[in-house]
Amino acid sequence: MLIKRPEDIKGSEITDEKAYFSRRQFLRGATLVTTALGTAWLYRQFSAPSGVSKAGEKIVGVVAPAQTQAPLPGEPLTSLQDITHYNNFYEFSTDKREVAPRARHFVTSPWTVEVGGLAHKPRTFDFDDLRRLSPPEERIYRHRCVEGWSMVIPWIGFPLSRLLDEVQPMGNAKFVAFETLADPKQMPNIRSSVLEWPYVEGLRLDEARHPLTLLAFGLYGETLPPQNGAPLRLVVPWKYGYKGIKSIIRIHLVETMPRTTWNRSAPGEYGFYSNVNPNVDHPRWSQRTEQRIGESGLRDTLMFNGYADQVAGLYAGMDLKANY
Amino acid sequence: MRDIRFLKQLILVNGLVPLALLALDGYRHKLGANPHEFATRATGILALLFLVLSLAVTPVRKLLGQPWLAPLRRQLGLFGFFYGVLHLLTYVWFDKVFRLGAITADVAKRPFIMVGMTSFLLLVPLAISSNARVIRWLGGRRWIRLHRLAYLAVAGGAVHYYLLVKADTRIPLTFAGVLALLLGYRALNRFLPRYTERKPARVLANPGGSRRQ
Repeated sequence: MLIKRPEDIKGSEITDEKAYFSRRQFLRGATLVTTALGTAWLYRQFSAPSGVSKAGEKIVGVVAPAQTQAPLPGEPLTSLQDITHYNNFYEFSTDKREVAPRARHFVTSPWTVEVGGLAHKPRTFDFDDLRRLSPPEERIYRHRCVEGWSMVIPWIGFPLSRLLDEVQPMGNAKFVAFETLADPKQMPNIRSSVLEWPYVEGLRLDEARHPLTLLAFGLYGETLPPQNGAPLRLVVPWKYGYKGIKSIIRIHLVETMPRTTWNRSAPGEYGFYSNVNPNVDHPRWSQRTEQRIGESGLRDTLMFNGYADQVAGLYAGMDLKANY
Repeated sequence: MRDIRFLKQLILVNGLVPLALLALDGYRHKLGANPHEFATRATGILALLFLVLSLAVTPVRKLLGQPWLAPLRRQLGLFGFFYGVLHLLTYVWFDKVFRLGAITADVAKRPFIMVGMTSFLLLVPLAISSNARVIRWLGGRRWIRLHRLAYLAVAGGAVHYYLLVKADTRIPLTFAGVLALLLGYRALNRFLPRYTERKPARVLANPGGSRRQ
């Protein structure tokens, strides 16, 4: 083997200075680009822009009672995209943007709802029978989340009182208790312990019988997508959104005030009533104003979410600061 | 590969990637139904993340015996401050639409905003005193003592985050846990430096005589 002395290396064999530096620069450029792509990928894992969910089934024969179906003056409907991609449904995810993709394959048929407790005619309904108890009505309601944002949503459903009439509550029934399905196979976040599962909610019987209280199974003329509580959910427009329990499997008439999930989680922050009230702050933030989704700037929050005329009577003489 | 200049360029580019994507998503209306909330949350998390990374530089360089990494602490810390400024701007601009009265009322009334604002204010002197001239003027020891405030600011940031979530406290608790580890390292380093430091590898005597690389 011949070991060349420096003077043996022909000038033509020496790597050109430019080439040497450009190789180094190329490596650096490649490192920059690769790590930047890696960072971008990592960022996307937390910010994946949400897609569009598949359309529901068209609901036929929708009737619209004049007083509740009229659009609210100066308050346009929130877009279907926003209503279906900004959801609190902790069984799937605590990230409001993640619920829609994670709930995509949620099976809502067949579905039964057990309605019983203190009722003369308790019955387990097949959902398809239940939704035919009464003609579907469109109701345009404000929706105010306790977190400080709100929407205007065209629900489809019928008053809960129609279902209660069907099972005939006994004289000693004072409250209604609701329960959401808790299926760890379909609901990935049930494995976490952010809340106690199953999710439960409750109403006083007179609140449950109020004509504004809706059992909803549709949205914008179509059946509910999973992330909005398919196939059947509660809508109580003068209360904070979490009272509107989703994907209901059980409704029981009971004598004493039922426990509710958020109250159990933080009793000092979430009461049984949870009426929208700009004068009673959440201990950690104000409830005076709200961010209407799709708008910039804030709106003033209205007493009972703007339904005071219809519902204030339910709470006559009650201290709403103590009964938050 | 002990090329600090290139490493700093690398961090500069990677640190700006989240901001670029956030701006791009915002421009294309892809931030979701509540873009203000998303921008506020994203910049807040990024501020905490860069501050924690900045505090991790010293333990990492000591454990690995790589003293040349030290300048990254300042760069990462300034990125944390930068995202903190953006976080504050999203709050002032979107949430309060530049109503100063509303902001002062909010700070006084809401513990989580008070804690967040305090943490941010703690960072201001650190950012100002991050250039060499101020360090010289302050003197090394005083500068080091001042910059311990960074731990307090991160702790405040984690509390601020913890106080505003409804039930899912996993992310703020993770930040608090990492901060506890970093403080634990400091304590250990003080009393048992044997276990927390590796001497920088000595530069090998040039075995090839006069040969240069």
